[in-house]
Parts: sequence; structure tokens; C-alpha cells
Amino acid sequence: MSTVVLEEPIVAIIPRWRVMAGKLLRNRAAVVGGSVVLALLLLAAFAPWIAPYDPFKINPVQRLKPPSFQHWFGTDEVGRDLLSRIIFGTRYFLLICLITASISATIGTLLGLIAGAGSALTDSIIMRIIDILLAFPYILLVLVVVAILGPSLWTGMAAVGIAGIPGYARLVRSSVLTVKREDYVTSARALGASDAEILFGTVLPNVMSPLIVYLAFATPLSALIASALSFAGLGTQPPAPEWGAMLVNSRTYLFSAWWAVAAPGMALFISIFGMNILGNGLRDVLDPRS
Amino acid sequence: MSLPPLLDVNGLHVRYPIRKGLFGGVVGHVSAVDGVSLTLNRGETLGLVGESGCGKSTLGRTVIALQKPSAGNVRFRNQDLFALSAAELKQQRRFAQLIFQNPRACFDPRRTVGSSVRMGLDIQELLDPSEREEAVAEIFRKVGLRPEHRFRYPHELSGGQLQRIGIARALILKPSLIVCDEPVSALDVSVQAQILNLLSDLKAEFELALLFVSHNLAVVEYIADRVAVMYYGRIVEMASTHALFSSPRHPYTRALLAAVPTMDIARRDDPVPRLGDPPDPANLPTGCRFRNRCPLAFARCAEAEPLLVTAEDGHGVACWAAESASIDAGPMTAAALNG
Repeated sequence: MSTVVLEEPIVAIIPRWRVMAGKLLRNRAAVVGGSVVLALLLLAAFAPWIAPYDPFKINPVQRLKPPSFQHWFGTDEVGRDLLSRIIFGTRYFLLICLITASISATIGTLLGLIAGAGSALTDSIIMRIIDILLAFPYILLVLVVVAILGPSLWTGMAAVGIAGIPGYARLVRSSVLTVKREDYVTSARALGASDAEILFGTVLPNVMSPLIVYLAFATPLSALIASALSFAGLGTQPPAPEWGAMLVNSRTYLFSAWWAVAAPGMALFISIFGMNILGNGLRDVLDPRS
Repeated sequence: MSLPPLLDVNGLHVRYPIRKGLFGGVVGHVSAVDGVSLTLNRGETLGLVGESGCGKSTLGRTVIALQKPSAGNVRFRNQDLFALSAAELKQQRRFAQLIFQNPRACFDPRRTVGSSVRMGLDIQELLDPSEREEAVAEIFRKVGLRPEHRFRYPHELSGGQLQRIGIARALILKPSLIVCDEPVSALDVSVQAQILNLLSDLKAEFELALLFVSHNLAVVEYIADRVAVMYYGRIVEMASTHALFSSPRHPYTRALLAAVPTMDIARRDDPVPRLGDPPDPANLPTGCRFRNRCPLAFARCAEAEPLLVTAEDGHGVACWAAESASIDAGPMTAAALNG
């Protein structure tokens, strides 16, 4: 044997996730967005201990009071404490994010994987169905699903989740089409990997980066649409402290009691903005060219 | 009675459809491989040379069942590869591995290189799971790297190191055949030599058969026992390395050899043969596909396609001119080629 042993110092091996975490912590957008999301999670988890009042407790004497030391965000048209309702509202917001994202991302990713990796016929069938879904305006599609299933928190989430499927499917399919031509996929095939092993062991991990970024952008949009549904009376029903539903009830008092509109509006704005800039940060960190 | 060859390729065709228009109607075909037959014995190295686009990579991938042929068959270890069930094919894949041209592209960027090398053992369920990591470390040593290198990601290593790992990934399955698809053409010249030496050592140690695809004649001359010259999907000449380089018989082979730059001052100013433009692969000349670029073409070349005829000395050539012995087997100068 005349192989040359390469004399080269081996630097300490840093696991990939540690490198990613370090990059993420140095990215200002990611830190700000991440803090917002973390705050939402903590508020939702500890809502009963953090909220100063019962979010459902009606107090007609205290109705439509402006922000004060007793009621930081003021009270609504039946005297409920807005701060407490906003804090409990984080639970609805996160639940909506979780459910809609789960529905759209799992079904969309699966369809995208099958379309991208399958035969030309499978691809055509799946993508034409996706095209039909896309041909409907997003909100119309949501309304159709709600009209079929009836208005409630769960049908609203299902509708928004289903309407989000095409975006994921198209994104994943196009990524799969790129990745499946890579030599390392050919290599896995040469090693004897089955189609499923290649798809889930090699292709899926390599389409994760764009998927995570899309998730961070699409989820707050879904939450916004779900809130809009509640606003239209087709999603969460009062008296649930869901932010969109809170907006409906208080909109009549916009000029006399602006805080009743501002509180849920700002909560929605900050949450969605936070998730969006977290998405921006993730995109920067996960982009291999960065 | 001799043993059957390790690899026996018979009348292999690989055709790609040309699609056009809104509905993707097939308007024609390109034959990347157009009737190739060859054999490869255990421990033997066959060089496969030809210009880019001549189908040599497609041929390499088809003989290890990474590409389906349109016609013909491949017998590997005495089994018809394209008649096997999925499970049987998986078993055979272990024995036929591939080394890629671009070592940067052939590793999953999300896995450590050690995990990529281990993948073969995991998929093929070789060894006890607890022994696999040690086997990976061992194979890293074998290809001249340190075991610690296996914790690295592909982007942290050099092209030469990655190509060593590419060899390790193939070798860990203890294959009997490795298709090397231009394994050194993406590397620096100094690193090329290291990789070639490594391959040639390992080939002896593991009794490997190599199908060595390359456009670099010097590299093929160094490593191959026999050489096949491909021109637009066909093998036009096949002979032992020495015979092919010392007395090429096909005018295309002669032109290829004459085009190699030389350090020999006496030959430096020889005119390099100009072959003219390559043909449209979807629309090759009738008869001999080389005739529009061939200085020796005569009437018969337009009428019928010459077949690869193997002479008694084992030297095969597909050329009417060579067959009718109108040219002698001695070396021909570039000047004669240019007529």
C-alpha cells in the first residue's frame, strides 16, 4: 500500500445544530422574532397565573373603561378585562397556528414529495388538482370549506389548513425536482436504497430549509386568515377570547372606545410581525450561500 | 472451460425520447448507447474513452442498473440485472458500485461523510450494527484518511479528500465491480495522481474490476488493462491498452491519439487532425456514423454500418477501411489523416 496519509490537524467538530443556533443568535431579526414567539408561548402556557382577571367575567359597571392601572388595556363592551382576554387569546392564536400549519404542511409536503419523485402521470394528476385549488382565490376557498363544514373554531382551522396545502405542495415539488437529480441521490440508489428510503432519508432532509422558511411565513398568514374568518363570524364564536372575534364585537365602538379595537389588533400585528421576521432570520441562517 | 465473465453486456441500447410541444409528443430519439456488447472479467480494468456526449457515462450507469436500457441485456455475476426482482437487485447492487466525477456533488450535504459511507452498510444490513462504525473508521484509514475525518461535513473537506471518501463509500460494501465515471477529471493534476495510485492499489488488493470512464487518454493508459473507444453510442475499437495505444486501427482512435498534446519536440509541430464538427446525435449519418468526419471514408461507408470485428489477436475494430485492410495497422501520422 502506498497511500499517502494526509497530515492535517483536525479541528474540533462542532455539531451542525450548534453552528445553526450560533448563527441564529447573531441574527438580529431572528432574535427579535424568536423573542416574540417565545413570549407568546410563555403567555399561553401560564395564562391563568399571568392574567389579572377572569377573561370571561362580565362586569357591566366597568364597561368600555379606558386603559388604567386597574385595567391596563381597558375593558370591552361588557366590562371584561382586555389584558386578560389578550393573554388567553394567545392560546387560540397558537392553536390556530399549530393546527393550520400541521394540516397544510404535512399534506402539502407529502403531495409535493409524491408529485416530485413519482412518475410523470402521478405528477400530472397531483399538480392539476393543486392547480384547481390555486385557481380559487384563497379566501373564497376558505369560505367554501366553511360553508360545507359549518362555522366553528375547528372548521375554520380546517378550512385555512386546506387552503394552505397548494403552497407547500408546489414548493416541495420544485425542491424535490432539483434534489432528485443530484449525484448523492444516485449514490443512495446505487447503494441499494429503496424509493421510500431515498425519499425520506435523503430527499426530504435536503428540502427542509426552504420548507422551514416557508412555514415561518405561511403560518402567520394562516393565523391572520383564521382571525379574519372569526371577524366575519365564520370561525371562532364569541365569547371565546379569540383576537379576531374580539375585533368584531368592539368594532362598533371604534370611535368611542378605540382601545377595545387596538388591543386585539396590536396583539395580532405584533404576533404576526414577530413570526415574519423570525422567518426572515431563518431564511438568512438556513441559506447555504450565507 | 473458463469462468463466465463478471460482466457481460449484450446488444445494449439506451434511447432517450426527444419531446416537443405542448403535449410533449415524441418527435425523435437520441441513442446514447446504440448496440454495445462487451465483457469484463474479475479483477480486470476496462477503460472507456470517447468525446463528451458519446454515451460513455450512460453506458457506465446502465451496466449497474441505474438506468434502464431500451434493448439488450446485462449479465452481472451470472444474473440478468434487468430481470431481477427489487429485492434481488438490491442484493446485486452491493457488488456493483459507482464513483462519481464531481466529489463535491456526490455527498449529501446534510450528512457527515462518515454517515454517508456507513449508509451502504445500513441499507445492505452488512455486519452487526455495533461493528459498522469501526468498519467505517477502518475504511477511512484504508483510503489514506484519518478516522476522525468521518465526522466532517462535505463542505469542510477538499476535493481530493472527498474523492477518497467516494472510493471508501464504494469499497466498504466489498464490491466486485466499480464503475468510475471520470473519477479524476474534477481534481488537480497532483491529486489526480494520488487518486489513481490509490485506485490501482485497491484494485489489486480487493480484486476489483473497474469500468473506467474517461476522456483523458493518459489516465486510461495508466490504469486500464483493455480500452474501448466509443463514438456516438457505439464501440468503434476495443483492444488491450498496449495494442490500442501503440497500433490504433480505427481512424477515430488515431485522431484522438494524435490530438493529445505532446512533449516530444520532434512531434510538437505535427498538425493536429481536424475532424470537423460533430454530427447531430439525433440525426447521425447513414452507414458508418463516423464517415462525415473520416479521412478514409469511401462508398461502402455510406451504405452499411461496420460492426465491431475482433481479429485473431483480440483487437476489435468497427471500420470498413480497417477491415478491407486498405490501411495498414502501423501508426499513422496526423498529416495522413488530414489528407
